[in-house]
Amino acid sequence: MSDAVMTRAPARSLPRIKGSAVVMTAYIVFLLLPIYWLLNMSLKTNQEILSTFSLWPQEFTLANYLTILTDSSWYMGYVNSLIYVVINTVISITVALPAAYAFSRYSFMGDKHLFFWLLTNRMAPPAVFALPFFQLYSSVGLFDTHIAVALAHCLFNVPLAVWILEGFMRGVPKEIDETAYIDGYSFGRFFTRIFMPLIASGIGVTAFFCFMFSWVELLLSRTLTSVNAKPIAATMTRTVSASGMDWGVLAAAGILTIVPGALVIYFVRNYIAKGFALGRV
Amino acid sequence: MTLVLDKVSKVVGRQTHIHPTSLELQNGTMNVLLGPTLSGKTSLMRLMAGLDKPSAGRILWNGADVTGQRVQDRAVAMVYQQFINYPSMSVYDNIASPLRLMGKGAAEIDAAVKKTADLMKLTPMLGRRPLELSGGQQQRCALARALVKNAGLVLLDEPLANLDYKLREELRVEIPKIFEEAGSIFVYATTEPEEALLLGGNTATLWEGRVTQFDRTPDVYRKPVDATTARVFSDPPMNFLPISKTGNRLLFGDGQSVAAAGALNELSDGRYLAGFRPNHVEVKQHTPEAMKFVATLNVTEITGSETFIHLDHHGETWVGLIHGVHDLALGAPLEVWLDPSHVYIFAEDGSLVVPAAYAMAA
Repeated sequence: MSDAVMTRAPARSLPRIKGSAVVMTAYIVFLLLPIYWLLNMSLKTNQEILSTFSLWPQEFTLANYLTILTDSSWYMGYVNSLIYVVINTVISITVALPAAYAFSRYSFMGDKHLFFWLLTNRMAPPAVFALPFFQLYSSVGLFDTHIAVALAHCLFNVPLAVWILEGFMRGVPKEIDETAYIDGYSFGRFFTRIFMPLIASGIGVTAFFCFMFSWVELLLSRTLTSVNAKPIAATMTRTVSASGMDWGVLAAAGILTIVPGALVIYFVRNYIAKGFALGRV
Repeated sequence: MTLVLDKVSKVVGRQTHIHPTSLELQNGTMNVLLGPTLSGKTSLMRLMAGLDKPSAGRILWNGADVTGQRVQDRAVAMVYQQFINYPSMSVYDNIASPLRLMGKGAAEIDAAVKKTADLMKLTPMLGRRPLELSGGQQQRCALARALVKNAGLVLLDEPLANLDYKLREELRVEIPKIFEEAGSIFVYATTEPEEALLLGGNTATLWEGRVTQFDRTPDVYRKPVDATTARVFSDPPMNFLPISKTGNRLLFGDGQSVAAAGALNELSDGRYLAGFRPNHVEVKQHTPEAMKFVATLNVTEITGSETFIHLDHHGETWVGLIHGVHDLALGAPLEVWLDPSHVYIFAEDGSLVVPAAYAMAA
């Protein structure tokens, strides 16, 4: 052992390029390049963006960010998006928890078919549902409200939430349920006090996926809103067509749109690995 | 307090898990359910606990019918083979949880938890989470939770099966002591005859969803009512030999015979099933009355101080447990000796005709 270290020590002092490091570096550069370029643009003036090619801002400016954070037509986009995303996540998880529990604990007629059928909802592109949702919500007066978008996204998020949560719940032995009942826990108490803490990471992962889908989904949210509940993604695309190309502000908006997702993914990264291990994410 | 099962049965789909069973368990007794895997031990326990509803029959607790009652309303506690605790709570909260649900006062709960933890040697671990403990400690935690409740009926479903050998022996000694004090009805499921004998109390032997015998443990061991019970309550299982008796000869296999000795000589002529335990097989003549059999030796297993010999005697597979280490030639005929006082005689349908003389004397 010590011999091996001794003989390897001089070799390490030589400048040697590891193939794996090169591949990794290249991969990360390619991955981060568009994000860097977006950041680069967001810190430049429009004039610099259009006139010169520079790898970093020559005239560093935060004006683009200021525009977004002070103009309500911009920042309300974020607020609207966050509102319906949060509503959607809460609804999806609240609805999916009992459903997933039923699928994981009981066998009933057609349970496997129903479980699979839930997933088929995700197989259709959102565009398919844009028309019926638009017509339906317009006729019942839900058009241009946050709840409209949240409910529309539930169509995709509830099945996914059920699917992910069921995987986590299956990992909890049924004996824990029974022991709790024997100890005197009622179902509700058992579910909230004992069961939910056990699958807390699963709930976290599910919330993340609901959040992510709802946050990035553009078509339905744009179709179902006009002014009051207009999401940030729609604001960005409409700006392009309305007032020409305000490159810097758009880039800043893009950066700010990435931030919430990046934050969420940072907090649930360990749980997602667990979700992958359970084969459900 | 008594728990009475009155012709209880459980049928799932087309399979009968428990055939109609009647049992009466008395307060302050240890009752062992002994049977191989899939014999219905767990099914029977779940019926006793109220986790499953019987397909037919009634369950009486102190004379009151509790057949359809919710498990939450029954005074039962249960420990599983797997170490089942509430992972998100500390050991203290785990043990305290049934008491809290009963609405006991904080001081009372604290005293009860500390006392039980002390009994189960968990006091230093009270602040930890169950998953941070060793397997033995986790199971102690589960046992503590079952004990602290002071339930009238405590069900232990192979609680020691997943523990390593050392811990198992340790807990196996402690459990009867602890439960003697508690004075509840204890039901203990196990696959191991040895465990049943060590725990004492009463034993019900199970075979394919039927209770074949329920009596004091030593009595079941010594006087099994039929061949099935004898097979279940013996490890390795009891050896059998179909015999027919004419005059004073015992005939078996292809015309071989030995002189009948002892109680065997007093049987009326006819066909029987002789049974003997592996530990009564010897490789040399040990008593003047011993009968000699010639069998083929297939396998020997040496465990250090004992040797298991697997024999083939005219198509019947026998296992013998011999003291000491023996180096025997495989595949060769081997003379084995059996004292007639160690032989049980069963009728052809399996019911006991004459118990072995040694068992009667004991």
